[in-house]
Amino acid sequence: MSQLKEKAWRNDAYAKVTGSAKYADDIKALNMLHAVPVYSDFVHARIRKIDTQKAETMPGVVKVITHTDVPGKICFGQIEKDYHMLADDKIRYNGDVISIVVAETREQAIEATRFVGIDADPLPLILDTEEALKPGSPLVHEDRGNNIVNEHRVRTGNVEDGFNHSDHILEYDFETPYIEHSYIEPESAVCIPRTDGVIEVYGSMQHPFSTRRFTAAILGEPLANVEVITIPTGGGFGGKDDTAALVCARAALAARLTGRPVKMTYNREWSVRESYKRHPYRVHYKMGITNEGKIQSVKCRIVADGGAYCSVTPWVTWRSTVQCCGPYVVPNVHCDTIGVYTNNVFTGAMRGFGSPQMNFIVEQLVEMAAEKIGMDPIEFRRKNMVTQDCTTITGQKLSEHKVSMEQVLDTVIQDIDYHNKYKKCNHGNGEELYGIGLAMSYRGMSLGAEGKDFCAAIINMQFDGSILLEVGIHENGQGSESAMIKICAEELGVPIDRIRYRRNSTHNIPDSGTTVASRGTIMGGGAVVIAANYLKEKVAEALLEKGSSEKIEYRDDKVIVGSRAYSWLEVVQAMYQKQMFPYAFGVFQAPKVSWDEHTGQGNAYFTWVYGCQAVELKVNRSTGKVTLLNAVAAHDIGKAVNRAMLEGQFFGGMAMGMGYGLFENFVQEVGKIKTLNFDKYRIARSTDVPEMKAIIIENRDPLSPSGAKGIGEPTNELMAPAIANAIYNATGLRFLKNPIILKPGLEVEE
Amino acid sequence: MKITVNGVVHPLKEEYLNLTLIDYLREVLDLTGTKNGCGIGVCGACTVLVDMKVVRACKKQVKDFIDANVLTIEGMASPDGTLHPLQQSFIDAGAIQCGFCTPGMVLTAHAFLSANPNPTRAEIRKAINGNLCRCTGYQQIIDAIEAYASSVKN
Repeated sequence: MSQLKEKAWRNDAYAKVTGSAKYADDIKALNMLHAVPVYSDFVHARIRKIDTQKAETMPGVVKVITHTDVPGKICFGQIEKDYHMLADDKIRYNGDVISIVVAETREQAIEATRFVGIDADPLPLILDTEEALKPGSPLVHEDRGNNIVNEHRVRTGNVEDGFNHSDHILEYDFETPYIEHSYIEPESAVCIPRTDGVIEVYGSMQHPFSTRRFTAAILGEPLANVEVITIPTGGGFGGKDDTAALVCARAALAARLTGRPVKMTYNREWSVRESYKRHPYRVHYKMGITNEGKIQSVKCRIVADGGAYCSVTPWVTWRSTVQCCGPYVVPNVHCDTIGVYTNNVFTGAMRGFGSPQMNFIVEQLVEMAAEKIGMDPIEFRRKNMVTQDCTTITGQKLSEHKVSMEQVLDTVIQDIDYHNKYKKCNHGNGEELYGIGLAMSYRGMSLGAEGKDFCAAIINMQFDGSILLEVGIHENGQGSESAMIKICAEELGVPIDRIRYRRNSTHNIPDSGTTVASRGTIMGGGAVVIAANYLKEKVAEALLEKGSSEKIEYRDDKVIVGSRAYSWLEVVQAMYQKQMFPYAFGVFQAPKVSWDEHTGQGNAYFTWVYGCQAVELKVNRSTGKVTLLNAVAAHDIGKAVNRAMLEGQFFGGMAMGMGYGLFENFVQEVGKIKTLNFDKYRIARSTDVPEMKAIIIENRDPLSPSGAKGIGEPTNELMAPAIANAIYNATGLRFLKNPIILKPGLEVEE
Repeated sequence: MKITVNGVVHPLKEEYLNLTLIDYLREVLDLTGTKNGCGIGVCGACTVLVDMKVVRACKKQVKDFIDANVLTIEGMASPDGTLHPLQQSFIDAGAIQCGFCTPGMVLTAHAFLSANPNPTRAEIRKAINGNLCRCTGYQQIIDAIEAYASSVKN
C-alpha cells in the first residue's frame, strides 16, 4: 500500500486518464503519407544491390527510399558516427534497415515491403565477444581495425599485494542478459514540412536534441531547419534515444523527399528487432578478503557486448567501471572493461546504465564472502561500505554531501525486520522454501565525467501574473514537467495552477542534454531554482529603492516587502513601469568532475545517491516456482519534490528489477531475436509482483540547488541481486547468471 | 448495419467490416485513446468494453461487433468533461505515469468492478493481470482501484 497522505498531482493526468493525450501515432496531418522500414534476413553481409523497382510500382507507393536518396550523412551516432541510418555497404545486424517504403496508406506501405529485394554476400558472423576480440577475427567495422568499442580501467593500490594479504580468495564468472526496455508505446514519428523550410518533428523519444542532430545529419541541413516538439511519450527507460531518434530522422527524410507530412509508426516486432537493449555482461571477478571481514583486493574484467553499433557503450561501461566494487571501499582494485562490437543487436542506454549488471555481481559476492568467514552478511557490508568522508576506489573523497549508506541500510533492515526473518530462511530444507535477501548500492548522479552536464530553464511571467515554464529536460512519462512546476511554485510562492508548462521545442530552449542518468530532477530542478532566483533579483530591482537590501518574501501567492504584500499582478506592473520583462533564463552547470582514463582515477560524479532494497520470497521445490511475497526499498533522494511520482519511480523500478532477476528471458539465436513480442518476452505482470513499500529518505544535497537528487535508476539496480540473495537463503543455491530460472525439483545443471 | 460507440450510433460501411476494431476506432472515428502496444492481444493497451466485457480491439474485426455497444476510454468521462470517479481515483493515487496503458487499465478496472464491487487487493491484482504496465509496478494502480471501490461502498 502506498504511504501517500496527500492526493497525487501531475499536469498531464487529466489528458492521460481520458485518452485525450496525443501521442505520436495519434497525430494526423492533412495529406499525410505513411512510411515503414524494410529489413533483410541477413545478420552480417556485404550488400551488392538493393532493388526497389518492383516495390515502387505497387499500389499507393509514393517513394521507396534507400541510402542513395540520403542528401546528408548516412553515418551518425552520439559518440562514434558508426551507425548507418540506412544500410549502404553492409548489413551489420539483423535490425539494419535497408529501405523505407512510403505510401498513401500504412497497409499499402507494408504490402510493398515484400517487393524490396536485396542482393548481398553473407559474411562470417561475429556473435561471441571473446571470439570478436581474438586477433584475426572478422570485423564489424573494417575501418576500425578491430572489434573494440572502448576500454576503461580503474587502478588503485596493488592488487597482487592485496591478494597476498588476503585470507580467502573468491573467484567467479558471472553473466547478465540483454533486457528489452519494453516501453508500452512503440516508436512513432510524424514529420511535417513547413512552408518556411523547417521540418517539424513530433516523435516518441526521450532526447529531442539528439533527435534533432540525427535528423539534421540525414537531411544534410542545419539544426535550425529541424524543430522537434515535445508530445507525450509512452515510456522510455533509456530506450528512446538512438533508435527513436532514427525513426524521427527517417520519417523526416521521407517528408523532405516527398514534400508531404509523413507518419512512421513501428509495430512491436520492428521495435524489438531494431532497438538497442541493455548490455549483456560477462564478468570475471576475483575478490580477496581477510578473516576480519575486510575486502583487500578486487580484480575484475568486464566484457560488454555492444552489438553492431557504438551507441553509448563507452558511457554505460564507464559507470560499470567506476562502480565496479559496489558501495564498498577497497584499497586495491584492478578493473579492465571492454566494450565489444559484434553482429548482435546493438546495446545502449537502459535504466541503470551499467549498474544493474555490477550490482547483481557485487551484492552476491559480499554475501558469499561473509559466508566464507562465518560472518553475518550485513556485518560484512558495514565493515566495507562507504561512509562519510571516505575515499572511493577512484580516489574521490565523499565529503560534500551526506553519505547515507548506513541510514538506508538500517531503515530497510528495521522496516522489514530483516534479522528475525533471516533466521527463518530455509536454506534448502523443506518443500516450500522461504528466503529473504537484500542489496544496496551507491550511485553517481547524473552524467558525471561522461559528458558536459548543464541544463536551462525559462520562467516567462505574463502580464497577468500567470507563468510559462520551460525546462530543457524531457517528459518521458516519469512526471518531469510536474516536478518542475512544483519546484517553480515553491520557489516563487505561487499556486501550481498558475504555472503552465510550455510544450518544449528545440527552437526555443537550448540543448540541455538528454533526459537520462536520473538527471531530470537534479539538473532541471537546479535550472528552475536558478531562473527563479534571477527573476527575484529583477523583482527586487523593480520594488526596492536603489541600494536597499530589504528582504523580500515569496509566499501565499504574494511578494512581501516589510508590511506591504504585493500581488504578482502589481509586481509585474511595477516591472513594466521600469521597462523590465518578468522573464528569467536560468542555467544550472553541474559542479566540476574529473576522470583520468589512463590511471582510472578521478572525482567521477559530483554527488551520489544511496539505496537499499529487500525482498521476501518463497520457492516451491517441486515446481521451481518463485513467489515474491513482499519488497521494501529505501532511497535517499535528497528532497522529495512530488511524492506520488517519486513512489511511482520506486515501484516501477523495483518491478522492472524483479523481471531482471527472475523472468525477462531475452532470446537471440545466431544474431536473430526470437522474443519479438510480449507473448515471448515476459515483463512483470501485476500478479508477478508483490506488495511493495517505498521509504523516502531526505538528506538535502548541498550541491543541488533544489536539494533533490535522482531516483529513476537507483530503484532499478537492486532488486535482482536482492532476489538472488533471497533465493540463496531459501534454497542454498547460488546463481551467477540472471534471470534466475529454477527447474522443477531445483535441479542444477553442471 | 451500425455500431454504437460511447452511446453514439455510427452506420457501418461494408469497407469497415474487415478492419480491426482498433483501426476502426482510431482511424475512422478518430478515437485515439485506444492504444496499440503489441498488436497481438497480449499487452492490453487496446482494451475496450463491449457490454461491460473486456475486448482486445487489436485482435478483433469490426464485423464481429455489428449492432454492438462499445465503450472506449473517451466514453468514461461525462460529456461535460467531468471524470468518472474511477478516473479521478487513478489521478489521486498517482497511478499514471507515461499513460499509454492507462486507458486499457481504467476500462479493465471498470468492467471488473461492475462485476465485483467489493474486491480484495489480491482480486484487483488478478483482475488487471492482462494489462501490462512498464512504469508503475502496478502498486498505485491497485491503490486507485481499491480506493474507488471502498469509496463506492461507503
